[in-house]
Amino acid sequence: MKVVINADACTGQGRCFGIAPELFDFDDLGNGVVKGDGNVTPELAEKARLAEANCPEHAISIEE
Amino acid sequence: MSIKPPVEDFATDWDHTDPAWVANPYPIWDDLREKCPVAHTDRYGGGWFPSTYELVSAVANDTDNFTSRTVVIGNGRPGDDAPPAPIGVAPPISSDPPFHHIARRLILPAFSPGVVNTIETFVREYCGKLLDNVSAQEIVNGGSDYAQYIPVAVIRQMLGFPEKDDDLFREFVHIVLEGIDEPDLEKRIADFEPIRIYIEDQVQDHIDNPRDDLTSYLLNAEIAGSKLLPEHIFGTMILVLVAGIDTTWSGIASSLYHLATNPKDLERLVNEPELMPLAVEEFLRFYSPVTMARLVKEDFDFNGCPMKKDDWLLLGFPAANRDPKAFPDADKFVIDRKINRHVAFGLGIHRCAGSNLARMEMRVAIEEFIKRYPKFELADADAVTWSQGQVRGARNLPLRILN
Repeated sequence: MKVVINADACTGQGRCFGIAPELFDFDDLGNGVVKGDGNVTPELAEKARLAEANCPEHAISIEE
Repeated sequence: MSIKPPVEDFATDWDHTDPAWVANPYPIWDDLREKCPVAHTDRYGGGWFPSTYELVSAVANDTDNFTSRTVVIGNGRPGDDAPPAPIGVAPPISSDPPFHHIARRLILPAFSPGVVNTIETFVREYCGKLLDNVSAQEIVNGGSDYAQYIPVAVIRQMLGFPEKDDDLFREFVHIVLEGIDEPDLEKRIADFEPIRIYIEDQVQDHIDNPRDDLTSYLLNAEIAGSKLLPEHIFGTMILVLVAGIDTTWSGIASSLYHLATNPKDLERLVNEPELMPLAVEEFLRFYSPVTMARLVKEDFDFNGCPMKKDDWLLLGFPAANRDPKAFPDADKFVIDRKINRHVAFGLGIHRCAGSNLARMEMRVAIEEFIKRYPKFELADADAVTWSQGQVRGARNLPLRILN
C-alpha cells in the first residue's frame, strides 16, 4: 500500500499531515507532501485511508 | 441602514442579513437544498446562493466564470469603479489568476504550519491571562471576555505592532469590520483614515527597524525582482486584519456555545483530550463561520440558472457542510466524526491562507478554557446573539461557571 498526493490538486488544507504525520509532511507553502517513498505499513493503513477520505480537494490517492 | 422587508421566500428573495437567517440559517438551507439548490435574489442588485456541497464546490473551483475581485456583498451591483481584477484591494483574496498565484505564494510561507507552531505558546499564555482576568466572575462572557481578544492579539503579534497598542489595535479592527457593512463610502473612508495613518506609521517603523515579523516580511518580499507596491503591502495587511479576526473569534465562541449547550460533549472533551483534533474539525463543519462572495464574470448558464455579468454569488461553505448528501447525519454534531471532508476554509485556489493558524487558535483556546472551567452552561439562553453578515459566530455568550 502506498499514498500519493496529486500536487496539482493540493491547496494546503492541512488535513493529511494533521491526521497521519507519520505519512505526510508539509512544504514551506503548507502544501502536503508524502514522507519518504509513501509506502504504508499495515499499522498505518487506517490512518492512510482516513487521510484520503478527509482531503477536501480529493488530492490523496492510495495505490494498493 | 435602511429597513428591509422580511424575507418570505428564500428561494426567490434570499437575504443573508434577514433576521431569520441570522438567528438560525440551517432550516432555511435544508429547505433550499430540497426545493431550489441555487436560490436567487433581486436584493443587492441581484445574486445567487447555491446550497449543496456539489454546487458550492463547483463554483469555488471555477475561476473561469467567477471572479474574486469583490468577495463581500455590497449594497448594489459593483459598478465600473469597483476594484479591478486581477489585484483587487486586498490581495490575494481579491485577486484572480494569474496574479493570484504570485500574491498567494508570497504570503503562504508566513502562515505555514511551521510558523504557526512557533506562536502556539504565545497563544496559550495569552488565553491563560484572559482567564486570570475573569477568574473572580461567576459569569464569563465567552465572546466579549475571551474569544474576541485571542485573534486580535495573534494578528497584532504577527504583524509586529507594539503590545501597548493592543486596545487601540482592537478598536481599529472593529472599525474595519464594521466598515464592511457601512454603505456610505465617504463615511467609510473617513472612519478608516486613522487606521491608514497608524498602519503607515508602523510600516515606516519597520522600514527603519526591520525585524522578524509579517510586516518586515512583506517589506522584503519581491515579485520578479521588484519590491511590492505600497498598496499591495497595505492591502495584504488589511486582509490579515479583516480575514484573521472575526472569523477565528466566531469559531472559538461558537465552539464554546456548543459545549455550554451540550454537556455530554463537554464532559467527553474534558475526559478525552485526545479527541480535540477531531472535535475542532467538527466545530469547523457544524459552525462554519465564513461565506465568501464571487461575481459572475460574463453572462452564462450555471446549473440551469441564467447568470448575468456582475451578479453576486454567495458561496455558502456553511450550507455545503450541512448537506446530507456529503455527510451522514449532517444535522448532528458528532464530536469524534472520523470522516469529515468539510469545506469550512473554502476550496481550491482561495483556500483560507490562515487555516493552520485558525485551527491552532481554536484548539488552544478551547483547551485552555475547558482546562480552567471543565463545567459551564449558558447563563441566559435568550441573551445569546449571533453576528450578521458573511461571518457567523456567537457574539454575546454569557456562560455560568459551574463547580
